[in-house]
Amino acid sequence: MSAAPQNAAPASQTASSKVLSSPVLRFLARRLLYTAVVLLGVMVVVFALVQLVPGDPIRIALGTRYTPETYAALQAASGLDRPLPVQFFSYIGSALTGDLGVSFRNGAPVTLLLLERLPATLTLALGGLVVALLIAIPLGTLAALKEGGWADGVVRVLSQIGVSVPDFWMGMLLITLFSTVLGWLPSAGYTPFTQDPAGWLSHLLLPAVTVGLVSGAIMTRYVRAAVLDVAHAGVIRTARSKGLRRAVVLGRHLGRNALVPVLTIAGIQLATLLGGVIVVEVVFAWPGLGRMMFDAVSSRDYPVIQGAVLLIAVIFLLINLIVDLLYAIVDPRIRLA
Amino acid sequence: MSQLAPGAGAASGPAPETGTPGSRRASAWRLLLSSPTGAAGLVVLAVLILAAVTARWLAPYGPNDIDVPNALAPPSGRNWLGTDELGRDVFSRVLLAAEVSLQVALVSVAIALVVGVTFGVIAGYAGGWLDLVVMRSADVLFAFPILLLALAIVAIQGPAISSVMIAIGVVYTPIFARVARASTLSLRQEPYVQAARTMGVPTWQILLRHILPGISGPVTVQTSISLAFAILSEAALSFLGLGVQPPNPSWGRMLFDAQGFLASAWWMAVFPGLAILVTVLAFNLVGDAVRDVLDPRQRSMIESRRKR
Repeated sequence: MSAAPQNAAPASQTASSKVLSSPVLRFLARRLLYTAVVLLGVMVVVFALVQLVPGDPIRIALGTRYTPETYAALQAASGLDRPLPVQFFSYIGSALTGDLGVSFRNGAPVTLLLLERLPATLTLALGGLVVALLIAIPLGTLAALKEGGWADGVVRVLSQIGVSVPDFWMGMLLITLFSTVLGWLPSAGYTPFTQDPAGWLSHLLLPAVTVGLVSGAIMTRYVRAAVLDVAHAGVIRTARSKGLRRAVVLGRHLGRNALVPVLTIAGIQLATLLGGVIVVEVVFAWPGLGRMMFDAVSSRDYPVIQGAVLLIAVIFLLINLIVDLLYAIVDPRIRLA
Repeated sequence: MSQLAPGAGAASGPAPETGTPGSRRASAWRLLLSSPTGAAGLVVLAVLILAAVTARWLAPYGPNDIDVPNALAPPSGRNWLGTDELGRDVFSRVLLAAEVSLQVALVSVAIALVVGVTFGVIAGYAGGWLDLVVMRSADVLFAFPILLLALAIVAIQGPAISSVMIAIGVVYTPIFARVARASTLSLRQEPYVQAARTMGVPTWQILLRHILPGISGPVTVQTSISLAFAILSEAALSFLGLGVQPPNPSWGRMLFDAQGFLASAWWMAVFPGLAILVTVLAFNLVGDAVRDVLDPRQRSMIESRRKR
């Protein structure tokens, strides 16, 4: 979640104003401090997840594999036998250096497992974002230009439906149509791009469309609002009264001005998509973080659950930070506020 | 524009800062019903709630009446929406699942509303370090994508309906806290609140008499939208096997089970999904209509459009 600048910790304002004279640097410092504070909170929550397991997490995780030996081994490896404050600081310390512990299931380092799965999830999220933009930019612009007309109404209804569709159901319908009935595309699986670009694309298409349709429905509204904001500003009237052609006005004046808010939304949507593709990954047997987290939940592999949640939250924070900084660079009103 | 709630796509921009004065309430209802989509949403919701409450009497079959010889039967006069792989009646199961789905949505949003509004109002009214702590905590919860956090909470609590209610309640709490805080902040400056303060009215009375009614507008909008997303979240969690436990029927789990029969029994995948879509759409339409009515700028637009 990105925060408006006025949300940034006020304590930094007085401290940094002496050191930093440039408003951009000051904004940067405030924003970084804010992100660090939230990141610490995120780590506290993630750490607390395992502490909140009712009962003994190791015992639950072992299930039928329980023997005194396996228990002792796992307890030593996870450090869950140490006093709580020690566990906490050791968790924060290790996490900051990239050590997220070992999997309860197979003893593999969680960081390694996560990094193996990250590319597939990033691919899917980016693919979904591309589909979403391809839907949202034309439809949102159309709706805004025909504000109040029937096209606007149709787009509004479509976006309302899109927002209300469960993404996993959309995926199942797409599989039924394009895979089961028509046989055009594979229904599940993943091929790395480096192995087979065509296979990569054919496997990516259905899940990306699934993710993108829902996300595109949300973004259409923001694109419409962004274009309306610009269209109601003086830029367009001035350009039109200068006698510029409609296409030039739309492309150069409206497009460029509406792009900034749209890019912001795209960034935030990408961050949201990273966490939202879990169920779609399960439907399409996509070997990403979501699928991994689903398996970890079934097998009560708590370190993997913690790691996946932490990684996605950190990416989420980073994307929001970047979006806010980009926005501040483009729009001086934000950073000077 | 930088305060987008994750997942809550319908909540564009900051919530309207002003509440609805009581005198406008009657006309607010009339306006709500005058919007065709809002009225349609309300009617659908009413039918859905009625069907959910009376499901156990309406359903022609029991949710777990297994009839293997009649398995995977297409929709017919006997089984309106067909049967699943065990011969269970899809119509009865979709109907009975509505009850659970609405229950989970109502309870979880009620949790989020009570906790979120309480913290939001206190933070906004008290200000200072209390405000800082509450809002930073909300920011921390916002850093987790909604479904991810809900999934983690259910994973910790163990799969059960109660876990799902708590999980969805927790993930929607910060949204309510933000909405309530933003409205409280502006209300605090209102002359009548200032006057009550000067007169020495106890804080709890000010909060109860002036602040809570004042923020009811934005909170109502958020409630309706959150109900829609809560239904979606419950469906997703049940789809993953973490919500309603089999053999009890739930829309999400029915869809999961349908995955193996996409080619042979389309009705197993289509009808539970449609049920989710219609329910979520109805809540969203009502939420949008309520927003139009409670947002004064939009409202004057509707009124002027009607006069034209």
